[in-house]
Amino acid sequence: MAEVHLPTTEFEEADAAHGNQHGVTDEPNADAEPMVSLLSVEGELTRDETYSPYLDALSAEELLSFYSDMATVRRFDQEATALQRQGELAMWVPMTGQEGAQIGSGRASKPADYIFPTYREHGVALTRGLDLSLLLRQFRGVSNAGWDPRETNFHMYTLVLAAQTLHAVGYAMGMARDVAAGLAEAAATIAYFGDGASSEGDVHESMVFAASYQAPVVFFCQNNRWAISVPFEVQSKVPLVRRAGGYGFPGIRVDGNDVLAVYAVTQWALEHARSGKGPVLIEADTYRLGAHTTADDPTKYRDRAQEDAWRLKDPLLRLEKYLRSLGLADDEFFAKVSAVGDELAAHVRAAVVTMSAKDIGASFANVYATAHPLIAEESAWQRAYEASFADAEGVAE
Amino acid sequence: MTMAKAINAGLRATLANNPKSLLMGEDIGDLGGVYRVTEGLKKEFGAHRVMDTPLAESGIVGTAIGLALRGYQPICEIQFDGFVFPAFNQITTQLAKMHSRSEGNLHVPVVIRIPYGGGIGSIEHHSESPEALFAHTAGLRIITPSTPADAYWMIQQAVECPDPVIFFEPKRRYWLKGDVDTETAGQDPFTASVVRAGTDATVVAYGPLVPVALSAAEAAAADGHSVEVIDLRSLSPIDFDTIEASVKKTGRLIVAHEAPTFGGLGGEIAARISERCFYSLEAPAIRVGGFHMPYPIAKVEESYLPDIDRILEALERAFAY
Ligand SMILES: Cc1ncc(C[n+]2csc(CCOP(=O)(O)OP(=O)(O)O)c2C)c(N)n1
Ligand SMILES: [Mg+2]
Repeated sequence: MAEVHLPTTEFEEADAAHGNQHGVTDEPNADAEPMVSLLSVEGELTRDETYSPYLDALSAEELLSFYSDMATVRRFDQEATALQRQGELAMWVPMTGQEGAQIGSGRASKPADYIFPTYREHGVALTRGLDLSLLLRQFRGVSNAGWDPRETNFHMYTLVLAAQTLHAVGYAMGMARDVAAGLAEAAATIAYFGDGASSEGDVHESMVFAASYQAPVVFFCQNNRWAISVPFEVQSKVPLVRRAGGYGFPGIRVDGNDVLAVYAVTQWALEHARSGKGPVLIEADTYRLGAHTTADDPTKYRDRAQEDAWRLKDPLLRLEKYLRSLGLADDEFFAKVSAVGDELAAHVRAAVVTMSAKDIGASFANVYATAHPLIAEESAWQRAYEASFADAEGVAE
Repeated sequence: MTMAKAINAGLRATLANNPKSLLMGEDIGDLGGVYRVTEGLKKEFGAHRVMDTPLAESGIVGTAIGLALRGYQPICEIQFDGFVFPAFNQITTQLAKMHSRSEGNLHVPVVIRIPYGGGIGSIEHHSESPEALFAHTAGLRIITPSTPADAYWMIQQAVECPDPVIFFEPKRRYWLKGDVDTETAGQDPFTASVVRAGTDATVVAYGPLVPVALSAAEAAAADGHSVEVIDLRSLSPIDFDTIEASVKKTGRLIVAHEAPTFGGLGGEIAARISERCFYSLEAPAIRVGGFHMPYPIAKVEESYLPDIDRILEALERAFAY
């Protein structure tokens, strides 16, 4: 077998010790790079001059709801995975492990902000008030989208990696124009993308355009360490957050499993963007605990030990510890949260089995917004073709 | 006025009438574009409406999609045909599909202007005709003018269309002169037009080859053949009804384009017209176009590009059946 040639890294010496199957370390320089982290794994909150004030402003109810959002979306994620296993979905893209990054950033957004997700931001969808059952329409194959983005300012999922980052910048440029023309209140977009997608040219071009036009956009990279089977180190030799400096805007690395830090950092970034100071890059350090999709098998490319290590940094566990230590939440609260999750799961399960596709006629209908002779011709032909079978059956009877 | 000036005037009218419209592209501001098509527009409407963007085609189209989602009407300029490919992903996987995949909820009425075609003695990547690649993609509309009058109206109609439109500009005809009636609105941009009536054969052409087809028809007339010439104008959708009516009358079809014939629009037209006009055809449909090679070096492009003689040769073959 030919030797697999991987990009070299400055960290190769550490590889052997790490036992990573790819021969590269799983955390290049991770410890050296500053990272905003407010809530420790033990559930202890530290103060930060810049970011703590955002948390000071939170009520007890809001703090509790951060937890319930994370727990609810995790429950949803389990249900969707189960639905896939039972054949109700063609595929599912689990997000478990990334609740802190998604709920924290989503909760920082305002209704007027516009969100461009990838395909894994189920937690962000929850914070935007989207009926999560709609997320399943795409994975059931009854729609290529699933919802009208204008209702929640939460865009459709984009499956072509990084393409949406440019849309987010253009949309933000439009927002800034509207604000300048007195047509809208200040708002921003959030462009989500992954560590793998960060290598796509569109991410580069989106950052160039955003910087050039001072667009009110927050680039939110969930570095979950893996792009399917390829570890982050193949994408970049340095933490992604450092790229921001090259484009001339601020970059913040945040503990993605610390929902409070993510919330505060995203608040700061959105305020920065909305106030006309231009884009911000946030790199959220997190981990995809599950498979890439239900079709993936992580045992082929990563060690169980790595997953176990990240389980200890679970975003829910540490917030639970913190809430209990403050006396804000007791067993009764957690039981209630769990019941809310079960309720959502039941709703999603009930909704999904009723989701059916319209016939192909509906697919003809939206190719163009206006009349189109080829669409008219082909759809008429297709209808007649289908009808010919019905006629034939009629004759036979 | 020249075709370049006509497009300029059309863009000026659009910018003046539609406050949401804006131009985006490389060197389109102070320079007025490498072909001066946007000359003076930045001065008139400001850098805010006529934007020199960073040099990145995917960035231009991708941000234009975002602006369109926000309610703006971006008109992008791709500097040359051969440089549209960095934006190919955004055009085909995003722009073309956004309306459809959103189940009709979203509109992205982006217009993309692309100077195309050869015959200008240029270096590689500056003379290509990639229209078939886009015509193959559902969700896009593709139009190309062959006269200044059409150019003036069709660019404005492209902007008014709620679907994404690719506007191919025949660059070697930028200096072609013609009358432009700026009062009477132009013909439906998605229809073809019979630009010369005839009875013995139909030549379908578009963009840069329409004047060539007309000259060929003129030469054929001297030999006693009456040739009808159709300016296709719209490459997606294609107005097959107009071609069908013509071929049912003439019984012979020649399709000419600069793009390579293999996998090109000529093949599509030939196939569909064969189905529609089988009993009227006196000869198989014949394609005249580029060869299956990367656009050749300037010194030999004369042998590559369809010219009057190549169209006459095809007519001769058609008449020989
Ligand atoms: C342009 C493009 N190339 C390849 C793929 C196939 N693909 C889907 S997800 C994925 C990995 C993405 O990794 P990352 O950006 O880190 O996001 P994550 O899946 O970890 O959330 C790949 C290769 C794709 N969807 N789009
Ligand atoms: Mg990843």
